[in-house]
Amino acid sequence: MDYKALFNKLSVKSASGHWLYQRVTAVALIPLAFWLIIFMDKALNATYADTLAWLSSPINTIAIVAWTLAVIFHAALGMQVVLEDYVSTITIRKISIRASNLVFTFLGLAAMYAIIRILLKG
Amino acid sequence: MTPNSNRPLSPHLQVYRLPLTGVISITHRMTGVILSMGMVLFVYMLFAIAAGQESYAAMQSFMSFWLFKMVYWGFIYALFFHLCHGIRHLIWDMGSSFAYATLDKYAVYELIASLSLTLITYIIL
Repeated sequence: MDYKALFNKLSVKSASGHWLYQRVTAVALIPLAFWLIIFMDKALNATYADTLAWLSSPINTIAIVAWTLAVIFHAALGMQVVLEDYVSTITIRKISIRASNLVFTFLGLAAMYAIIRILLKG
Repeated sequence: MTPNSNRPLSPHLQVYRLPLTGVISITHRMTGVILSMGMVLFVYMLFAIAAGQESYAAMQSFMSFWLFKMVYWGFIYALFFHLCHGIRHLIWDMGSSFAYATLDKYAVYELIASLSLTLITYIIL
Protein backbone atom coordinates (compact mmCIF):
# COMPACT_ATOMS: atom_id res chain seq x y z
CA MET A 1 0.00 0.00 0.00
CA ASP A 2 1.31 3.43 -0.92
CA TYR A 3 1.09 5.14 2.47
CA LYS A 4 2.69 8.34 1.23
CA ALA A 5 0.04 8.77 -1.48
CA LEU A 6 -2.71 7.93 1.03
CA PHE A 7 -1.28 10.40 3.53
CA ASN A 8 -1.08 13.11 0.87
CA LYS A 9 -4.70 12.46 -0.13
CA LEU A 10 -5.91 12.66 3.47
CA SER A 11 -3.73 15.61 4.45
CA VAL A 12 -5.52 18.88 5.22
CA LYS A 13 -2.85 20.56 3.12
CA SER A 14 -4.35 18.98 0.01
CA ALA A 15 -7.55 20.48 -1.32
CA SER A 16 -9.35 17.13 -1.60
CA GLY A 17 -8.36 16.24 1.98
CA HIS A 18 -9.79 19.57 3.15
CA TRP A 19 -12.98 19.00 1.17
CA LEU A 20 -13.34 15.44 2.48
CA TYR A 21 -12.80 16.35 6.15
CA GLN A 22 -15.32 19.18 5.90
CA ARG A 23 -17.92 16.63 4.74
CA VAL A 24 -16.95 13.83 7.14
CA THR A 25 -17.20 16.17 10.13
CA ALA A 26 -20.47 17.58 8.73
CA VAL A 27 -22.07 14.11 8.63
CA ALA A 28 -20.82 13.36 12.17
CA LEU A 29 -22.20 16.66 13.43
CA ILE A 30 -25.78 15.96 12.22
CA PRO A 31 -26.67 13.53 15.06
CA LEU A 32 -24.22 15.13 17.54
CA ALA A 33 -25.95 18.54 17.24
CA PHE A 34 -28.89 17.14 19.19
CA TRP A 35 -26.58 16.19 22.07
CA LEU A 36 -25.24 19.74 22.06
CA ILE A 37 -28.77 21.15 22.34
CA ILE A 38 -29.63 18.81 25.22
CA PHE A 39 -26.33 19.65 26.93
CA MET A 40 -26.95 23.40 26.67
CA ASP A 41 -30.52 22.97 27.90
CA LYS A 42 -29.22 21.02 30.91
CA ALA A 43 -26.47 23.57 31.59
CA LEU A 44 -28.88 26.51 31.48
CA ASN A 45 -31.91 25.02 33.25
CA ALA A 46 -31.10 21.86 35.23
CA THR A 47 -29.77 21.55 38.76
CA TYR A 48 -26.01 21.13 39.25
CA ALA A 49 -26.32 17.48 40.29
CA ASP A 50 -28.57 16.74 37.32
CA THR A 51 -26.12 18.31 34.81
CA LEU A 52 -23.15 16.48 36.38
CA ALA A 53 -25.01 13.17 36.25
CA TRP A 54 -26.02 13.76 32.63
CA LEU A 55 -22.47 14.63 31.51
CA SER A 56 -20.96 11.69 33.42
CA SER A 57 -23.09 9.11 31.64
CA PRO A 58 -20.72 7.42 29.11
CA ILE A 59 -22.86 7.94 26.00
CA ASN A 60 -23.29 11.65 26.77
CA THR A 61 -19.59 12.12 27.60
CA ILE A 62 -18.57 10.45 24.34
CA ALA A 63 -21.14 12.44 22.33
CA ILE A 64 -20.07 15.79 23.80
CA VAL A 65 -16.35 15.01 23.35
CA ALA A 66 -17.01 13.83 19.78
CA TRP A 67 -19.11 16.95 19.07
CA THR A 68 -16.33 19.19 20.39
CA LEU A 69 -13.60 17.49 18.34
CA ALA A 70 -15.70 17.38 15.14
CA VAL A 71 -16.94 20.95 15.50
CA ILE A 72 -13.45 22.37 16.15
CA PHE A 73 -12.16 20.71 12.99
CA HIS A 74 -15.28 21.66 10.99
CA ALA A 75 -15.17 25.30 12.17
CA ALA A 76 -11.43 25.69 11.51
CA LEU A 77 -11.81 24.31 7.98
CA GLY A 78 -14.85 26.50 7.33
CA MET A 79 -13.19 29.62 8.69
CA GLN A 80 -10.18 28.92 6.47
CA VAL A 81 -12.43 28.93 3.37
CA VAL A 82 -14.05 32.20 4.47
CA LEU A 83 -10.64 33.82 5.06
CA GLU A 84 -9.35 32.54 1.71
CA ASP A 85 -12.34 34.14 -0.03
CA TYR A 86 -12.35 37.52 1.70
CA VAL A 87 -8.75 38.26 2.72
CA SER A 88 -7.02 39.11 -0.54
CA THR A 89 -3.52 39.99 0.68
CA ILE A 90 -1.70 36.64 0.71
CA THR A 91 0.52 37.36 3.73
CA ILE A 92 -2.37 38.59 5.87
CA ARG A 93 -4.48 35.68 4.64
CA LYS A 94 -1.89 33.13 5.72
CA ILE A 95 -1.38 34.80 9.10
CA SER A 96 -5.13 35.02 9.74
CA ILE A 97 -5.64 31.33 8.87
CA ARG A 98 -2.86 30.39 11.29
CA ALA A 99 -4.38 32.65 13.95
CA SER A 100 -7.85 31.18 13.41
CA ASN A 101 -6.48 27.62 13.68
CA LEU A 102 -4.68 28.60 16.87
CA VAL A 103 -7.87 30.02 18.41
CA PHE A 104 -9.87 26.89 17.55
CA THR A 105 -7.11 24.61 18.88
CA PHE A 106 -7.09 26.60 22.11
CA LEU A 107 -10.90 26.42 22.41
CA GLY A 108 -10.81 22.65 21.82
CA LEU A 109 -8.09 22.09 24.42
CA ALA A 110 -9.92 24.30 26.92
CA ALA A 111 -13.13 22.31 26.37
CA MET A 112 -11.29 18.99 26.84
CA TYR A 113 -9.66 20.27 30.03
CA ALA A 114 -13.03 21.36 31.44
CA ILE A 115 -14.65 18.03 30.53
CA ILE A 116 -11.86 16.11 32.31
CA ARG A 117 -12.33 18.31 35.40
CA ILE A 118 -16.10 17.65 35.31
CA LEU A 119 -15.61 13.87 34.97
CA LEU A 120 -13.27 13.84 37.97
CA LYS A 121 -16.12 15.37 40.00
CA GLY A 122 -19.00 13.19 38.81
CA MET B 1 2.37 31.01 -6.85
CA THR B 2 2.34 34.69 -7.76
CA PRO B 3 -1.21 35.97 -7.42
CA ASN B 4 -2.64 38.52 -9.79
CA SER B 5 -3.68 41.47 -7.63
CA ASN B 6 -6.35 42.53 -10.14
CA ARG B 7 -8.43 39.43 -9.65
CA PRO B 8 -11.99 40.09 -8.45
CA LEU B 9 -12.91 39.03 -4.95
CA SER B 10 -15.47 36.25 -4.66
CA PRO B 11 -18.66 36.54 -3.97
CA HIS B 12 -19.67 40.06 -4.96
CA LEU B 13 -22.42 40.72 -2.45
CA GLN B 14 -23.07 44.41 -3.02
CA VAL B 15 -23.17 44.46 -6.83
CA TYR B 16 -26.51 42.83 -7.54
CA ARG B 17 -29.65 41.72 -5.76
CA LEU B 18 -29.12 38.12 -4.72
CA PRO B 19 -31.67 35.43 -5.61
CA LEU B 20 -33.13 33.43 -2.69
CA THR B 21 -30.53 30.67 -3.17
CA GLY B 22 -27.78 33.32 -2.98
CA VAL B 23 -29.19 34.77 0.24
CA ILE B 24 -29.37 31.24 1.70
CA SER B 25 -25.80 30.56 0.60
CA ILE B 26 -24.30 33.65 2.26
CA THR B 27 -26.46 33.06 5.34
CA HIS B 28 -24.90 29.60 5.56
CA ARG B 29 -21.47 31.22 5.78
CA MET B 30 -22.60 33.86 8.25
CA THR B 31 -24.26 31.30 10.51
CA GLY B 32 -21.06 29.23 10.31
CA VAL B 33 -18.99 32.16 11.54
CA ILE B 34 -21.59 33.04 14.22
CA LEU B 35 -21.70 29.42 15.46
CA SER B 36 -17.88 29.41 15.63
CA MET B 37 -18.02 32.48 17.86
CA GLY B 38 -20.73 30.75 19.91
CA MET B 39 -18.13 28.07 20.75
CA VAL B 40 -16.89 30.53 23.37
CA LEU B 41 -20.26 30.26 25.17
CA PHE B 42 -20.07 26.45 25.04
CA VAL B 43 -16.58 26.48 26.60
CA TYR B 44 -17.80 29.02 29.18
CA MET B 45 -20.64 26.66 30.19
CA LEU B 46 -18.19 23.75 30.54
CA PHE B 47 -15.84 25.81 32.70
CA ALA B 48 -18.72 26.99 34.90
CA ILE B 49 -19.73 23.36 35.48
CA ALA B 50 -16.11 22.34 36.15
CA ALA B 51 -15.56 25.16 38.63
CA GLY B 52 -18.34 24.06 40.99
CA GLN B 53 -21.87 24.73 42.18
CA GLU B 54 -21.46 28.48 42.82
CA SER B 55 -19.96 29.35 39.44
CA TYR B 56 -22.60 27.10 37.86
CA ALA B 57 -25.37 29.12 39.52
CA ALA B 58 -23.64 32.35 38.49
CA MET B 59 -23.46 31.15 34.87
CA GLN B 60 -27.17 30.22 34.94
CA SER B 61 -28.22 33.64 36.22
CA PHE B 62 -25.87 35.38 33.75
CA MET B 63 -27.32 33.40 30.84
CA SER B 64 -30.91 34.08 31.96
CA PHE B 65 -30.47 37.80 31.24
CA TRP B 66 -32.76 38.64 28.29
CA LEU B 67 -29.90 39.70 25.98
CA PHE B 68 -28.09 36.39 26.42
CA LYS B 69 -31.35 34.49 26.07
CA MET B 70 -31.75 36.16 22.67
CA VAL B 71 -28.15 35.28 21.79
CA TYR B 72 -28.84 31.69 22.88
CA TRP B 73 -31.97 31.32 20.73
CA GLY B 74 -30.18 33.04 17.84
CA PHE B 75 -27.45 30.42 18.24
CA ILE B 76 -30.05 27.61 18.18
CA TYR B 77 -31.64 29.03 15.01
CA ALA B 78 -28.21 29.49 13.38
CA LEU B 79 -27.41 25.87 14.29
CA PHE B 80 -30.60 24.53 12.67
CA PHE B 81 -30.18 26.73 9.61
CA HIS B 82 -26.58 25.60 9.17
CA LEU B 83 -27.70 21.99 9.70
CA CYS B 84 -30.48 22.20 7.10
CA HIS B 85 -28.40 23.94 4.43
CA GLY B 86 -25.48 21.66 5.32
CA ILE B 87 -27.67 18.64 4.50
CA ARG B 88 -28.60 20.40 1.23
CA HIS B 89 -24.87 20.70 0.46
CA LEU B 90 -24.35 17.00 1.22
CA ILE B 91 -27.17 16.15 -1.22
CA TRP B 92 -25.43 18.30 -3.84
CA ASP B 93 -22.11 16.59 -3.05
CA MET B 94 -23.69 13.23 -3.87
CA GLY B 95 -24.31 14.68 -7.31
CA SER B 96 -28.08 15.08 -7.24
CA SER B 97 -30.83 17.73 -7.31
CA PHE B 98 -29.10 20.40 -9.35
CA ALA B 99 -32.22 20.96 -11.49
CA TYR B 100 -32.92 24.69 -11.74
CA ALA B 101 -36.61 24.34 -10.91
CA THR B 102 -35.87 22.60 -7.58
CA LEU B 103 -33.44 25.24 -6.23
CA ASP B 104 -35.97 27.75 -4.88
CA LYS B 105 -38.21 24.95 -3.64
CA TYR B 106 -35.40 23.41 -1.57
CA ALA B 107 -34.43 26.86 -0.27
CA VAL B 108 -37.97 27.37 1.04
CA TYR B 109 -37.97 23.85 2.57
CA GLU B 110 -34.73 24.68 4.39
CA LEU B 111 -36.18 27.90 5.80
CA ILE B 112 -39.36 26.15 6.96
CA ALA B 113 -37.40 23.22 8.42
CA SER B 114 -34.93 25.41 10.34
CA LEU B 115 -37.73 27.61 11.75
CA SER B 116 -39.84 24.56 12.70
CA LEU B 117 -36.90 22.83 14.41
CA THR B 118 -36.19 25.99 16.41
CA LEU B 119 -39.87 26.27 17.40
CA ILE B 120 -40.08 22.57 18.35
CA THR B 121 -36.93 22.95 20.47
CA TYR B 122 -38.40 26.03 22.15
CA ILE B 123 -41.66 24.21 22.92
CA ILE B 124 -40.10 20.93 24.10
CA LEU B 125 -37.28 22.37 26.22
